[in-house]
Amino acid sequence: MHMADALISPAVGGAMLAATAGMVLHGAKKLKEDMDDRVVPLMGVLGAFIFAAQMINFTIPATGSSGHIGGGMILAVLLGSNAAFLVMASVLTIQTLFFADGGLLALGCNIINLAFFSCFMAYPLIYKKIAGKDPNRNRILIGSIAASIASLQMGAFGVVLETWLSGVSEIPFTSFLLLMQPIHLAIGIVEGLVTAAVVTFVWKARPEILELTGSSASIRSTSMKKVLVGFAVFAAVIGGTLSWFASANPDGLEWSIYRAAGKEELKAPETRLHALFAKIQEKAAFLPGYSFKGNDSVKSDGKEVRVESGKDEAWGSVNAGTSLSGLIGGATTLLLAFFIGWFLRKLQNRS
Amino acid sequence: MSTISSSLFDVNHLDALSNQTTCIHRLDPRVKLLATVVFIVSIMSLDRYQISALMPFAIYPIFLIALGNLPFKYLLRKVLLAAPFAFLIGIWNPFLDSNVSFHIGPVGISGGWLSFASIMIRFALTVFTVLALIATTGFNAVCMALERLGVPRGFVVQLLFLYRYIFVLTEEAGRMARARSLRSFDGKGMGIRVFGSMIGNLLLRTLDRAQRIHIAMLSRGFDGEIRLAYPLKVNRRDILFLSGWTALFILLRLFNLPYLLGDMFSGLAK
Repeated sequence: MHMADALISPAVGGAMLAATAGMVLHGAKKLKEDMDDRVVPLMGVLGAFIFAAQMINFTIPATGSSGHIGGGMILAVLLGSNAAFLVMASVLTIQTLFFADGGLLALGCNIINLAFFSCFMAYPLIYKKIAGKDPNRNRILIGSIAASIASLQMGAFGVVLETWLSGVSEIPFTSFLLLMQPIHLAIGIVEGLVTAAVVTFVWKARPEILELTGSSASIRSTSMKKVLVGFAVFAAVIGGTLSWFASANPDGLEWSIYRAAGKEELKAPETRLHALFAKIQEKAAFLPGYSFKGNDSVKSDGKEVRVESGKDEAWGSVNAGTSLSGLIGGATTLLLAFFIGWFLRKLQNRS
Repeated sequence: MSTISSSLFDVNHLDALSNQTTCIHRLDPRVKLLATVVFIVSIMSLDRYQISALMPFAIYPIFLIALGNLPFKYLLRKVLLAAPFAFLIGIWNPFLDSNVSFHIGPVGISGGWLSFASIMIRFALTVFTVLALIATTGFNAVCMALERLGVPRGFVVQLLFLYRYIFVLTEEAGRMARARSLRSFDGKGMGIRVFGSMIGNLLLRTLDRAQRIHIAMLSRGFDGEIRLAYPLKVNRRDILFLSGWTALFILLRLFNLPYLLGDMFSGLAK
């Protein structure tokens, strides 16, 4: 569930990137203050370990298909919140650069969804509370499953929220939510089982490793407060943004149930659907990303753009750029770009 | 199993590509990184129904690929491999937004198909560019650029360490996965139990390795601080590269060049 650059708006990507940058700064500072120098090589090698572990598939119980781990929770259990967060963030950065999983601007979103929730929320607030200082097999199992489910639910919610706030995809908030959450419930259970298996193995073979993170109480208690404050600010910002939308979509749930019942396919809900979207669209126009309406290309040339009557202005924004002139021009430019590329390559090869 | 060796091959291959010495490779990593960020932001901020205005942006990845002597087909394959998520999210648009927005002859094109096409084009442009960035710059140089641009050193060191050990541990994981699949009949032993102790073993070996590395580092005078030596220097060409591309991206973002061009053509036809 790596978000791609193509699916988010600069406002959402930028905000998430800024939040992530703050957390990385804070995490790096904390590590420097609190930890011994053993942790530096340990973090690097464990990052590579998660990377390698993600590539080994296993059979998922009861389905027969195969999957792989995410690993955020294993790291958190081994390293504690701060170090695990930095390690996960570094893994996600490399995946972005080398495997095109995610994107440069979407990196902030991905770090929040896949690293923040597991390391700073689910691990300290759920796993630690259940497994405690003196873990046993059942506590590890229950703690791992509960924490993994929680972190994946929050991560999936993050994906839905970011997608919706960006407004690039048309999927309505509630339908997307109803699609994502149950899938990630299943994924969370599997992730929890695997986390429990690995942690239990380590706990039996080398209990002192788990004690290393379990005992460093001072680090957690100081950093957690700041993190929670940071999260409260984050929630307030998101909440504030959400309230723009709240009035736009009062009947969202009702609508998605209606839709999920699915008797009348596209005809009947069309007017309602569009009225709904038009409303959301109007509100969303406050966000940068599609509020750049000053473009000279927006208006002009009414001949070729046959905007259907009765649609409001927001929908009319399918603009002249997509008209026939736009298509011809677009194709020409693309050809030109390829030609320049071909020419440059020729030049390069000769020199 | 094949995926492990092939992803390792991918990282190796991109690493090898970044060791060339074309004029793009010789540019300062910071200017390449910054130009790429401006490029991505310009694309992302375009209206979601925009298709034609996206086209001229293709010149940047094409420029990098052509002058950086990168294999286009190989990059294309990587882009396609990464496409499913954007595709799955985007493909709903045509079903949810069936407003006919314009006609080509008798065929009506709905806004949903336009925005879906727009998502996929954005995806291709941004992913091509990021891959071209790493293949013309190399990971170590990107890390140095990040450090110089203000990313905390602790995180940069983490990235460098991680990158260094990916090769070692992925090879080890690959051998373990091969051993498991060779001993597995009928899919037995491929489940979570075996996976758990297998990964647990890999983890223990990893921890031992971390300890050895730490001892080795200590004996070479490591004091918790890693000092990076950078030969980075911005010269005139770098400034030209950054300012030129940034100006072009802003221009392309503000004016729909293809549309003006197409308008000129259709004006001439009349």
